[in-house]
Amino acid sequence: MLNPPDTTPKGVKGDVHTSLKHDSAYLHVSGEARYIDDLPEPADCLHLYVAKSERAHARITGMDLSDVIASPGVVCVLTADDIPGVNDIGPVKKDDPLFAEGEVLYHGQCLFAVAAETRKAARLAALKAKITYEDDAPLISIGDARAASSLIENEQLMQLGDAEAEIAAAPLTLEGEFIHGGQDHFYLEGQIALALPGENGELIVYSSTQNPTEAQHLIAKVLGVPDNQITVMLRRMGGGFGGKETQSTLLAAAAALCASKTGRAVKFRMDRDDDMIMTGKRHDFEINWKAGFDEQGMLKGVTFDQAVRCGFSTDLSMAIGDRAMFHADNCYFLGSTKIVSNRMRTHTVSNTAFRGFGGPQGMIGIEHLMDAVAFRVGRDPLDVRLDNLYSDDGRNITPYHQTVEDFVARDLMEELAASSDYRARRAEIEAENKGSGFIKRGIALTPVKFGISFTTTHLNQAGALIHVYTDGSIQLNHGGTEMGQGLMVKVAQVVAHEFQVDIDRVRIMATSTDKVPNTSATAASSGSDLNGMAALDAALKIKKRLTDFLAEREGVPADSIRFADNHIIAGENRFSFSEVILDAYLARISLSATGYYRTPKIHYDRASHTGRPFYYFAYGAAVSEVEIDTLTGENRVVRADILHEVGQSLNPSIDLGQIEGGYIQGMGWLTTEELVFDDQGRLRTHAPSTYKIPTASDRPEVMNIAIWDKGRNEERTIHRSKAVGEPPFMLAISVLSALTHAVSGATGHRVFPKLNAPATPERILMAVDAAREEAEHLAP
Amino acid sequence: MISFVMDGEIRTLENCDPTRTVLEWLREDQRRTGTKEGCAEGDCGACTVVLGELVEDHVQYRAINACIVFLPMLHGRELITVETLGSSRAMHPVQKTLADLNGSQCGFCTPGFVMSLFAHYQRSDPALPDSVNTVLAGNLCRCTGYGPIQQTGNTLAPESDIQSRFGGPETVALLKSIQDADAGEISFTDTNYGTTRKAFVPTSEEQLADLLGQHPDATLVAGATDVGLWVTKHMRDLKTLIFLGNIPALQNIAETEGSLTIGAGVKYSDALAHLAKYHPDLGALLTRIGSVQVRNSGTVGGNIANGSPIGDTPPLFIALDARLTLTSKAGERTIPIEDFFIEYGKQDLAPGEYVKSVTLPPLRADTFFRTYKISKRFDQDISAVCGAFAITLKDGVVSNARIAFGGMAGTPQRATNCEAALIGEPWTEASINAARAAMARDYTPMTDMRASADYRMKVAQNLLRKVFAESGTAGRTRILEAQ
Repeated sequence: MLNPPDTTPKGVKGDVHTSLKHDSAYLHVSGEARYIDDLPEPADCLHLYVAKSERAHARITGMDLSDVIASPGVVCVLTADDIPGVNDIGPVKKDDPLFAEGEVLYHGQCLFAVAAETRKAARLAALKAKITYEDDAPLISIGDARAASSLIENEQLMQLGDAEAEIAAAPLTLEGEFIHGGQDHFYLEGQIALALPGENGELIVYSSTQNPTEAQHLIAKVLGVPDNQITVMLRRMGGGFGGKETQSTLLAAAAALCASKTGRAVKFRMDRDDDMIMTGKRHDFEINWKAGFDEQGMLKGVTFDQAVRCGFSTDLSMAIGDRAMFHADNCYFLGSTKIVSNRMRTHTVSNTAFRGFGGPQGMIGIEHLMDAVAFRVGRDPLDVRLDNLYSDDGRNITPYHQTVEDFVARDLMEELAASSDYRARRAEIEAENKGSGFIKRGIALTPVKFGISFTTTHLNQAGALIHVYTDGSIQLNHGGTEMGQGLMVKVAQVVAHEFQVDIDRVRIMATSTDKVPNTSATAASSGSDLNGMAALDAALKIKKRLTDFLAEREGVPADSIRFADNHIIAGENRFSFSEVILDAYLARISLSATGYYRTPKIHYDRASHTGRPFYYFAYGAAVSEVEIDTLTGENRVVRADILHEVGQSLNPSIDLGQIEGGYIQGMGWLTTEELVFDDQGRLRTHAPSTYKIPTASDRPEVMNIAIWDKGRNEERTIHRSKAVGEPPFMLAISVLSALTHAVSGATGHRVFPKLNAPATPERILMAVDAAREEAEHLAP
Repeated sequence: MISFVMDGEIRTLENCDPTRTVLEWLREDQRRTGTKEGCAEGDCGACTVVLGELVEDHVQYRAINACIVFLPMLHGRELITVETLGSSRAMHPVQKTLADLNGSQCGFCTPGFVMSLFAHYQRSDPALPDSVNTVLAGNLCRCTGYGPIQQTGNTLAPESDIQSRFGGPETVALLKSIQDADAGEISFTDTNYGTTRKAFVPTSEEQLADLLGQHPDATLVAGATDVGLWVTKHMRDLKTLIFLGNIPALQNIAETEGSLTIGAGVKYSDALAHLAKYHPDLGALLTRIGSVQVRNSGTVGGNIANGSPIGDTPPLFIALDARLTLTSKAGERTIPIEDFFIEYGKQDLAPGEYVKSVTLPPLRADTFFRTYKISKRFDQDISAVCGAFAITLKDGVVSNARIAFGGMAGTPQRATNCEAALIGEPWTEASINAARAAMARDYTPMTDMRASADYRMKVAQNLLRKVFAESGTAGRTRILEAQ
């Protein structure tokens, strides 16, 4: 059951805090929404394709491209030698070549590009290169990299108090290891770019990217030209999830380079398999933990050792590793805490941003620990979780020394435990599991606390540009990008509210670096927080000009002017919005304004990993119930109950969509989605035939989702709303806890099983068998 | 020349590239960009379009994946795309409902969902299950979590009267006017490869046999759910193609005194009801082969003829002792299906020969049959292990056992040691355990991205326990109940 749409009458259509469907919904369903591959191709458009390394780690001893050049329809071939600027597209560190030079560092690395009259001709030509290699030993797994001390940066340390001493002094201790896999984004629209050359070196690049500004910068560097020659734009992506924050640059830069060389339009669209092989994914982790606690499971001290597979280059891995450390506490005061993080450099594709950005990876460690500790002390994990929650009595300092001031997880968890009937269901499940059936069930309730802000503080800024035309129609530009999350409609609601006009009057424009410069990626769930505020700022500027104009003309105080219901009221007079706009134009009032916002209060010292990296936290909780087949390991989630907090929602129906979609995507990460690399470093799961994201039937048959009705942001965010893009993803951690509970059920709940993620049928069956074997050695 | 109906008109294509996909033609040649490419291998459904086919006097509408359907497969049919249904200013009820229920987020998968839901809504295909999840299994969405899309499927009332714009007398007349048109020889020069490609769309078995006699190396294409990928993924240059979809004789299904004969060209969708009637497990298994779109294209014959070690129907056919009929100009022969699979990549198929049909003997009343598919995901996945068990019992003793697996060897193969351990033994847990141990001598499975060798063996052995439990009065034994 979804929350009913808010039908409260409002002054204008599309005001904030109302449920509106996605602004492009009618275009989506009719196939009229244009993605980059749908744009009309210029008559001279070339098609680009690239060749992939067939080794994970090798020196290139020869690259014979004569057959590529001679292949039918080929117009040009581009290698590292053809790059006039810098052969690098790394967003943070310069260790990400566009084309491999001298050596290859992962299987699938981009070697060169070939442009041809058709895409098929380019794809065929790219296969005709004769590359010779001299192999080096590849480091594929975290263990390989650890043995070779291969890191992208020094070991990172975050601590509060003396964890080791507290653990040693604690009545009970426990330690363990938890391993989880990565995740492919599987955006339905694959990576794509279309570059159009203009005059005098200008280039317009349509890029399916979450980060047009970064693409602009990196294209300019590759070409060796100033940023102002490059414009990057897009109206929408067909999904991003972090996969188009940096990885899209490969396509944008290659297409731009080719367009600049040939003077022709160039399109580069990857085939799905190549997209999955060549572009980065969610980081997989190995987490070792140790906890000291009392007989009730109250934590005294915790250590985490997080090992992160980064792949061959730095990309965003430092910030992702940091965010995993920031979320190693989730909702709990851990006592003294020490978190060590090692970011492993391997000869695999460079892992990148993915919804949660390390947060899920950090958070799942503590939730696994909670389950283990609760089992050890023989209590319901929910009770151990509740006891360890952050609270006011000095138990509100995070491991990075930020004080938690807005904690609502306890209220959410208690409400959800009641509404989902968690306790009775758990008792019934445990009783039933002691029977002889092959099917065992499990249930778990886990909370989410997710820090909102880019932890790289300078990224927390945004710009907007609003034009009001003389007929009263409005164009809205900002630096955020639309990938399906409903950012555009939310920001348009903010503008409609401020001007008190119907939202139909607000035209949502494509994101473009020539409208709003120097933007941050649409990432970190920050889209509406940042761009909503920037748009508000721009709207307020125009409003003030209109107010001052009208106050003077009508001879009334400026503070008595009101905008309401598509009108502006000045004293006794009520003018239509359009009428005032035209009058203001005639009176030579500027009807265009930029807006700007930077997040207040935040600061962070990365060297000591202390400060206030987050403006606020977003919260949620979920109960998942699962069943497993103990003969085959087959499993499914049969019911989910979710209570999620979004402050005061800008748009409840959009937020519900994020919550449900996030949960299902997280469920996929922890169950069916398995990335398999072989010992040669080749990804064996590089298409939907082998990489299995959830389908409709995987959605729990019973799914109760609610937005918490008491939510309100304590901080002055846009209309007191909260970010919602990433936090719901982590609600799915309850699925893994429930599966762990079910596997334990295969032993009559006598053994705490070792179940890593993704919990495929294979991992579940193996865990069941191992737990049963362990149970045989227990005293009856 | 191939002819088909689109937007209420007959379209003809002369000497088109017979390996050009319908999706490429729509997006690149026609610039009808509503239909999307998500994977180009028939696994995501973003390219879903609907094909109308004349069945007696009405048009049967079915969703297919345009990314792996070649243009000649449109011959004699109607093609409906998202643009045919409606525009943002004049939406079809499916489009409007999906939008209003928040069924789209990024929108890229959305036209594909619209088309799958449209085929469901049209209710012209008795083979399409009512279950919305089944209808949607071939469409991946990465944003919504599916709830609003399921809700759309459950909300929509079916097209209830003759007011439907689709499948009316005009369309029937158009389809009738082209249904017997001879496509002739299609010849296309592919500059990418510098070769000339030929294709044929025979309408009778005689024509097929003649063509195969003349072109013994031709690639036979039924549903193209496999061959399509040879082109879109492996970039293969197929020189001669013979399309089988317009030969009525290969589409026959015959039930006689409990036996069931399925023509090689019968699509999974059309075989489903007959197999489910033969045994409910066959129905349950079939609804987990591919997706609706794949089952609307793929054929039972193709699943056998391509010799894959992980096809889902060969194990059950082997366990049920099915017979395969093979035909060529030289004549017809019938062999036990297990003999067809010689080794990985090699089948008992002579040049010029094709698979005509497969026949299941009557299921004996004293035979207990079960089949199971084990994969990472329930819908639209390829088996890690697929097992089929036919256990014949006489007075509580196993008189015969035929057990076959896919995914355990280079071909679909019987578990002969396991069978031998059971035959003559009482049907008890002790016998089962001995047979499970014996199975370890039957197979040396491999480790790959779907499963490890250990898991494959363990699960194959455990399935025997499941068979035993289900032969008794066990409670619930499956996560997914047979439908």
